[in-house]
Amino acid sequence: MRETCDLVVIGAGPGGLAAASVAAEAGLKVLVLDAQPEPGGQVWRGEARKGSNRLARRWLHRFAASGARFRPGARVIAAPERGVLLVEEGASSFAVRYSRAVLATGARERFLPFPGWTLPGVMGVSGLQVLVKDGFPIEGKRVVLAGTGPLLLAAAATIHSHGGDVLFIADQASAANHWSFALQLWRHPSKLLQGAALTAKLVTVPTSTEAWVLAAEGSDRVESVRLSVRGREEHLRCDYLGAAYGLVPNLELPRLLGCAVSDGAVVVNERLETRVPGVHAVGELLGIGGVDQALVTGELAGLVAAEQPVPPALERSLQGIRTFAAHLARHDTPRDELRRLATPDTLLCRCEDVPLSALEGCTNLREARLYARVGMGACQGRTCGAAAQTLFGWSGEDVRPPCLPARIGSLRLSPDVSSSTPTRES
Amino acid sequence: MREASSKKAPVTLRINGHAVTVPAGTSVAAALAMTGRFISRADLSGRPRGPMCGMGVCFECRATIDGVAETLTCLVPCRDDLEVVTDG
Repeated sequence: MRETCDLVVIGAGPGGLAAASVAAEAGLKVLVLDAQPEPGGQVWRGEARKGSNRLARRWLHRFAASGARFRPGARVIAAPERGVLLVEEGASSFAVRYSRAVLATGARERFLPFPGWTLPGVMGVSGLQVLVKDGFPIEGKRVVLAGTGPLLLAAAATIHSHGGDVLFIADQASAANHWSFALQLWRHPSKLLQGAALTAKLVTVPTSTEAWVLAAEGSDRVESVRLSVRGREEHLRCDYLGAAYGLVPNLELPRLLGCAVSDGAVVVNERLETRVPGVHAVGELLGIGGVDQALVTGELAGLVAAEQPVPPALERSLQGIRTFAAHLARHDTPRDELRRLATPDTLLCRCEDVPLSALEGCTNLREARLYARVGMGACQGRTCGAAAQTLFGWSGEDVRPPCLPARIGSLRLSPDVSSSTPTRES
Repeated sequence: MREASSKKAPVTLRINGHAVTVPAGTSVAAALAMTGRFISRADLSGRPRGPMCGMGVCFECRATIDGVAETLTCLVPCRDDLEVVTDG
């Protein structure tokens, strides 16, 4: 059995679901791949089971009824030729042949190294939030959150609603930046309402702008955190620390397929086509813009892929959303102090245990890879790459296949066959 | 509080040989945390590591699941009889 489809959608978050739904409704044979066990992506994580979010429920129902096929737990590892993807799914692997593709791989958090950031209990802000959504025991636990922008409030609200005790929220943005962001929100009423609702839930949580983590401390796990709060040092005992500074698009797959990338986002035309014919990019790949951007761009790309007319209203809403995305990007830029927190013995590459001191003399990511094994481990530079970019201004480099750790058997798979038996031993 | 679990019966898996019962819908990473030690692996110097990104990016939560090494515990929902072995 080999998968063949008119349209392959990679990523089942809002963008991927919207693209897949409209394309399948228009009659295309659509296949959706996602590494997670359920559709919904990160922002609608768990919604397939809970159905508590109305917008998510509507799109998940529409997707289920659209006729698009969904393969969960599927990770693209290589693109051996144009129109073919190699995919691993649990202990088996298969090839997908497609005519068109919509890349909807979303974003991840930007992690910046600081002393103690490898201690168990130190996680991403949204990382901790999604773990809690999946049952991570947080009831009665003391949590400190540090980062930037609206994600802090969203994570705090989730942790709070699961019985966690959020002790402090540290936002790295300057107060002026924070207010200029808030004052712009009147242009985006839905964001304003979301923000107001979250703030109301969290009135009792001390929050500060111009605040960030200096270090996490503990022996075998995080026990306390040192913060800089408006120039003063504060020390808090806690069970968990969520620390991450905004989001960065997951560009590995677009790069693997040869799409052009500029300023950290995939280059597309007004029909959301990348520079590779037949390949579209949507959602956070175009720059961080949230659910609204993902849905609108997903729908647009799905219609284009199915050669359907695009309603002018959809094009207009895209304009407004892009303005919000640009605004968010200015707010979320990490401040300079965050680049100087790591000490020489702080690990930069968490997979290969490479301390900052080992990078002395390196002038780009390629050298760091060659001389210090930065980015050579399991995550393939997904964490340290973005960190190095922020710390040293090193840009991302071309992605080489496989873009994730893969079994030899999967790589030997011919594009025309599929293996349903474990390939681990081969 | 735990909406995810309300509809289905709990599941029992084995973590390092010990039976652990968790609500349906719990990820293996969360189940590890429920055992009181959410450490999934040891780094090259033997120091403990736990999950960080929660979404399959950082690879810090990896463990052996049903004999498949380096499986990301944050991406796998718990099922009955799942066999999880950590190296940390």
